[in-house]
Amino acid sequence: MSEKADQIFVLLQHWLVSLLPAGWQQPGGVVLAVLVIICLFPALFALAVWMERKGLGRIQNRLGPNRVGPFGLLQPIADGIKSLTKEDIVPRSADAAVHFLAPVVLVVTVFMGFAVLPMGRNMVLADMDAGLLFYFAMGASTELAVFMAGWSSRNKYSLLGAMRAVAQMISYEVVLLLSSVAVVMMSGSLSLTRIVEAQNHYSWGLPHWYIFTPWGCAGFVMYAIAATAETNRSPFDLPEGESELVAGYHTEYSGFKFALFFLGEYLAMFSISGLGTTLFLGGWSAPFSWLGWVPSWIWFFAKLMLSIFVFIWMRGTLPRLRQDQLMNFAWKFVLPMCLLNLLVAGLWRFMGDGWPRWVVCSAILVLAYVGMGWGEMRRKHFGARSYRYAE
Amino acid sequence: MSVVFYLLAALTVAGGLAAVMLKNTVHCALALTVAFAGLALFFLDLDAQFAGFAQILVYIGAVAILVVFAILLTKGSETPKDGVYSRNWLAGLAIAAGVFAVLGWAVLQSARVLPGPGGTPTATPEVTVKEIGNALMGRYVLPLEIVALLLTAALIGAVIVAMHEKEGAK
Repeated sequence: MSEKADQIFVLLQHWLVSLLPAGWQQPGGVVLAVLVIICLFPALFALAVWMERKGLGRIQNRLGPNRVGPFGLLQPIADGIKSLTKEDIVPRSADAAVHFLAPVVLVVTVFMGFAVLPMGRNMVLADMDAGLLFYFAMGASTELAVFMAGWSSRNKYSLLGAMRAVAQMISYEVVLLLSSVAVVMMSGSLSLTRIVEAQNHYSWGLPHWYIFTPWGCAGFVMYAIAATAETNRSPFDLPEGESELVAGYHTEYSGFKFALFFLGEYLAMFSISGLGTTLFLGGWSAPFSWLGWVPSWIWFFAKLMLSIFVFIWMRGTLPRLRQDQLMNFAWKFVLPMCLLNLLVAGLWRFMGDGWPRWVVCSAILVLAYVGMGWGEMRRKHFGARSYRYAE
Repeated sequence: MSVVFYLLAALTVAGGLAAVMLKNTVHCALALTVAFAGLALFFLDLDAQFAGFAQILVYIGAVAILVVFAILLTKGSETPKDGVYSRNWLAGLAIAAGVFAVLGWAVLQSARVLPGPGGTPTATPEVTVKEIGNALMGRYVLPLEIVALLLTAALIGAVIVAMHEKEGAK
């Protein structure tokens, strides 16, 4: 029974495909899977927007949307209809072709990333050998879309926002890649399904997820930082800092094109959370061996929504960074820690089983972290707090 | 030579032509990106996953971004009034034709040199990402390590150059 529930979507797909004539079955299966991805994640997007507005409202002591439907649940539908009916304004001096292409390129490249994410046992659209490489190739292409949007708008705020976004995304992409490389070193594969399988073991009922190792824990923290920066979420949301840049690179977008940017941002959040889940949190595997009867796709989406919740929580809690702080943080702190983490991962691999590797690897990482923090703090010379008042 | 090949060829050539013919420099850079994407799709069409994805990652994700950054940070982003064509375009054409001839000759020669089943020159050996990885980690490990060391040194060097903060600058 639990086997059936686990594979329900796979069986459903096989049944639907078997209704087609023989020659159409293979392309039909692919089209069906693509359609599911294209419908499912925008639906999740609507849910996440509602969750974000409600959650932020809760954090800021207000109610959030509560007019449309029970608990404001139908608010995303109302917003969607509104953005569809609004006028699509293109500034007179804008570069019309590039201005039109930018949101399309963004959404397409973001959607491509979902192709390689294993969302459950046997539930992956394209099980490639180089799945991780494909994901990062698609992630790198979104930067160009952001640049196109900012440049084609012919607006100084847009251009500044785009420059900030591209600089930030390039810097944190290095960190994102380097923190993922440790996982590839350990599982010995670039295929995301293989990486999940490598983590799907249990000892004493506890899973062998990579986050539960010293290098995996450090890697996950750095991955989470880089993922937040890649998706331009608070506290790294300077590319669209409302108080400085109106809305950054999508200032000049209105109507449905703006909705596409909004969608692209949330889809990027989903896909990068999905990748983090796959790399560090065991993908679709259950957190305890006795929970193995729960369908695998439930675990994947539960972990995904938990990451989204953390994104929202951070947005409601943390202030925005300054541009120089952002760059310094990426290049002078996270990057060296990532390189060290690669070294530790190698050490972990070659020290063999047993407790010594736990002690040595944890000690190196903690000492480096504490040492770097201590050294930086000493150089800063914090004096007594000084206040300046308007005269 | 399938339909896909001709479609991709048209896309790539159109991107390349647009990159040299368009007036606006940023448009040229974006057209160049189209040509890069076309090349990557060629690699994927030939079942060379690793080369294709590396092409996208490096050329679209890094080189194209670098190009547009360079265009925006320098003053040349305005279109010059007297056209973008250089006066000695004939020499450029000759050099381009020469390079193309050498590359074409090399490609045609390689088909004859490569051993194929039954002596046919159109051999398509199955090269998976795994095999490339094994080759890089086995036979070619020394060049790989040297390149990796060089790149890591460059990375750390860049960070150290940026790390230097002026004393007393708060």
